[in-house]
Amino acid sequence: MAHHEPQVTVLPPNKEKIKHLWKIALYLLLLTIVEFIIAFTLHRGPLKTSIFVGMTIVKAAYIVGEFMHLKHEVKVLFWSILIPLIFIVWMLVAFVYEGFMIVRI
Amino acid sequence: MSQPTAAVAHGKSVWDGGTSPMGVSYGKLMMWFFLMSDAFTFSGLLITYGLVRSSNPSYTGTVEAFKFSSEYWPIPEKVFEAIPFFHGVPLPLVFVGFMTFVLIMSSVTMVLAVEAGHRMDRPAVEKWMLWTILGGITFLSCQAWEWTHFIVGTDTPTMMKIFNDKTGLWETAGVTGAGLSHNQYGPPAFADFFFFITGFHGFHVFSGVLFNFMVYFNAVTGVYDRRGHYEMVEKIGLYWHFVDLVWVFVFTFFYLV
Repeated sequence: MAHHEPQVTVLPPNKEKIKHLWKIALYLLLLTIVEFIIAFTLHRGPLKTSIFVGMTIVKAAYIVGEFMHLKHEVKVLFWSILIPLIFIVWMLVAFVYEGFMIVRI
Repeated sequence: MSQPTAAVAHGKSVWDGGTSPMGVSYGKLMMWFFLMSDAFTFSGLLITYGLVRSSNPSYTGTVEAFKFSSEYWPIPEKVFEAIPFFHGVPLPLVFVGFMTFVLIMSSVTMVLAVEAGHRMDRPAVEKWMLWTILGGITFLSCQAWEWTHFIVGTDTPTMMKIFNDKTGLWETAGVTGAGLSHNQYGPPAFADFFFFITGFHGFHVFSGVLFNFMVYFNAVTGVYDRRGHYEMVEKIGLYWHFVDLVWVFVFTFFYLV
């Protein structure tokens, strides 16, 4: 069986890119730590919930934009992924609102 | 290399064929489509959770005076406060915080594997894939412990009104741990959603570990070198980051809010 290894050219590590990725990781960890601090210092209420939701969206943006590379893709792909998510947000708001109405009854 | 370049003649539409208008390969685009459908599935679960939770009365007293009851939705820091080897020591959300850390770190090692794949650097891909697999297995083990603790319950039972199927009457009994019909922490739906949402996510992590192992195996055996590109690492990477992304939401909506 003639089995020869293919010729592979290995490029040196992209230091700048790797540094950037670790920076994003640091942001994500810092955001999680801040979430923790808020969890034990703020009282429950709409303010606390909105802060958490806001921070979650920031974390999600970092993961999808940088780790999944969506921010650097073609604009058509970017919007094809982002626009349908509006329906999820709408559905979430509508159903949670309905829930609060049910508890009132 | 793995990114098809959309070279289009001047004046010709990119949508007329022969090019990739989205700027990514077929496989990557299909992975994005799959992840969209998976996002809708997870959203369905989380939105239902939001509806049921907001339609239950929420606890209004202080955190210190909190007691488990089926009358209101429990506050998460009182339910998830155990860590292994520290029985009876309340350490709220510490364990789940560790799990979040593990999953975020495994996402970082995955993206470093993708970066190594771009450079055709096989040893680096192998190294980072192994770290990613280790992260996934650690997360799953933690979840197994978390579930066990949740199912077994705390030392003191909660007195609750339970419907007896045989007599057809409501009776008061002490409940420890959690099952699908009732649990000691709060309304039955609380444990149901915990099992369904973290279980569905855990199953995604489990399949992700299998995929990661497949990528690692193929890298070691030189499949991607012979193929001439490491695009499979990118595709599985997308899936793995998505699993991390879902956890970010589960963490917020189940453990923090």
